[in-house]
Amino acid sequence: MIRRRTALLSAAAATFAGSARAEKKYGPGVTDTEIKIGQTMPYSGNASAYGVAGRLHAAYFRMLNETQGGINGRKINFISLDDGYSPPKTMELTRQLVERDQVLLMFYPLGTQTNTAIHKYMNQKKVPHLFLATGASKWGDPKNFPWTMGWQPDYHTECKIFAKHIVANHKDAKIAILRQNDDMGNDYLSGFKEGLGAGWEKMIVADATYEVTDPTVDSQILQLKNSGATLFMNITTPKFSAQSIKKVAEIGWKPVHYLVSVGASVGAVMRPAGIENAQGIITAQFAKDVTDPRWANAPDYLEWKAFMDKWNPTANQLEGSNVSSYISVHGLVHVLKACGDDLTRENIMRQAANIKDLEIPLLLPGIKVNTSPTNFYPIRAEQLARFEGDHWTLFGDLISADAG
Amino acid sequence: MARSWATKPHIGLWAIGFWVVLAALPLIGFVSDSPSFDYYLFMGQSMLIYAIAVLGLNLLIGFNGQISLGHSAFFAVGAYAAAILMVHASVPYWLAIPLAGIVCFGAGFLFGFPALKLEGHYLALATFTLAIAVPQLLKHKSIAGWTGGVGGVLLDKPDPPSFLPLSVDQFLYYVCLIVAMALFWIVFNLLRGRSGRAMMAIRDHAMAAGTMGIDTALYKTMTFGVSAAITGMAGALSAITVAYVAPDSFTLQLSISFLVGLVVGGIASLPGCLIGGAFIVLVQNSSQSISDWMKDAFSLRYDVPAWAIYGTLLLLLMFFLPNGLAGGIAAIRGLLSRVTQKT
Repeated sequence: MIRRRTALLSAAAATFAGSARAEKKYGPGVTDTEIKIGQTMPYSGNASAYGVAGRLHAAYFRMLNETQGGINGRKINFISLDDGYSPPKTMELTRQLVERDQVLLMFYPLGTQTNTAIHKYMNQKKVPHLFLATGASKWGDPKNFPWTMGWQPDYHTECKIFAKHIVANHKDAKIAILRQNDDMGNDYLSGFKEGLGAGWEKMIVADATYEVTDPTVDSQILQLKNSGATLFMNITTPKFSAQSIKKVAEIGWKPVHYLVSVGASVGAVMRPAGIENAQGIITAQFAKDVTDPRWANAPDYLEWKAFMDKWNPTANQLEGSNVSSYISVHGLVHVLKACGDDLTRENIMRQAANIKDLEIPLLLPGIKVNTSPTNFYPIRAEQLARFEGDHWTLFGDLISADAG
Repeated sequence: MARSWATKPHIGLWAIGFWVVLAALPLIGFVSDSPSFDYYLFMGQSMLIYAIAVLGLNLLIGFNGQISLGHSAFFAVGAYAAAILMVHASVPYWLAIPLAGIVCFGAGFLFGFPALKLEGHYLALATFTLAIAVPQLLKHKSIAGWTGGVGGVLLDKPDPPSFLPLSVDQFLYYVCLIVAMALFWIVFNLLRGRSGRAMMAIRDHAMAAGTMGIDTALYKTMTFGVSAAITGMAGALSAITVAYVAPDSFTLQLSISFLVGLVVGGIASLPGCLIGGAFIVLVQNSSQSISDWMKDAFSLRYDVPAWAIYGTLLLLLMFFLPNGLAGGIAAIRGLLSRVTQKT
């Protein structure tokens, strides 16, 4: 009898031990000591200014590995490769990361065309394609692309927010638009028109475009002023945002001025354009502006500052990418922690699609990250801000728009 | 300089052996179950595609003496032509490739006319503008219906025919290889014949060639057209293997890559084109690896810029092998044969 019982007991024990061991499930790129993560980033080429994000991520993972031993005892092996913003190169490097280096997932690959190139591939291969660094609105489509998830509020949504604000406050405005002739410009424009609603054709009196390779936008600004517009919707990237703000002031045009968040960096745009020229401009934000004195004693700001000083000392702290990429890395760390010892690709996506009210440092107070199996847009709210003195001042309530 | 390589007796055997080896490589996939094998095949496809593009450029620069910085434009036109034909006109991939070549021949031939007036660095500058203008023209509203504007065109990779037991990557590798073999064979024969001699005569001394009765204008524009067609077919293959074309794929950087591949492989050398194609793919990637390795090995806090390493490699190569890798190999062979003759 005793024998039988011990046998039973040991069998039961073995079963338990077995199940305990079975809980440790690993996908490719994961061992007891390491998690391999891949990324493509334009460190060279036309968009090399965005490479800041990848450098911050590398610094953050180095900090995690050295001070906390990684995540759940596993060090992060972060491989970030330079695709020069060229889609075929992104494809090649992504295949290298997925097939040769066997990364668990791709994190924050930057660019719309570059991500479009690998969109189908990632979903065919069933590799998590997480938190993309692009504001196009097509990344939250879990039905057709269950392995791809965006991150920031998309351009379409943001411009809809502006349009709603304009309709509510400047009903009779004559609107002039300056936009970059690419996917970003088009996405913003379509959201803007949607937000204005029927009758938008009457409100928009001028619509000028420029190429990202153009030296200046001076002639476009003159053209917009001559259209008699009273409101300027400025859809530009940093270099051109600075130029246009300066030019508007130079020629004495005084429109109500809305500027998209892409071009709203204090360090890269407002200061070069001249603080006095930038007064009163309105933008939308989801992250704290680190130049705003109101955050100077906020714990999350101090934590970020300490991290930047110690681990990323060569970065320009006024550059907006250093904030947005810091926020995004917290999203990934949350997902990896939530996975525990079940680090399969399936579980990564399950956890990424079940984020509930996550608060992340440097997000504006009140903005929480939420996802669900049908909602692949993690950050959906923004708040309007006006440039006053030498920083952005928030006003109004958080506006959360239904994406799509 | 001796140009006798084309008439050497064993050149055909060497070439056949080489292509047979290239053709056998994907078969490793049947015995190896390494998950990265498909990736290596994809790299193989890229190398072949770049080799074809360099071949087109070599025909123009190496054998005809016209400099082009604008071949990324023809690569783009070929890629877009193939993508548009396949998506909007449901043309099969095997037909889309030569059709893209024909479109590019037209484009190259037409561009060749104004180019006739320009020599040397003036031509380089004119073609440079082509490389800058084409990606923007592709975004233009009037053709955005076909080109997809800034969004580009997504296409489906062709499936291997059902009677072949190949994976998609194995199949596409063979598609690239077959196109490459056909084009190298055509160029090889073209250069051995009357036209090739005319092209080279124009390169060596245009006025003398004209006096000999060669229609220099016709040959120059024709060479421009053929060169564009070959590079355009490489573009078509690239569209098919990446399954996506977008304006950002065809920057001036790409033209420079072709030129680097050409110079590194060896100007006016056909095997040099293959070396150049491999160089473009391998060295950019390995400079990144060297940068990572240096960072680890010397525990640096800052990244070593990969492009600086790339530049250094290029400088060293040009210093030690000024005739390109193909030239270097030939020099070593010459040295060896001299040594063996002495002993």
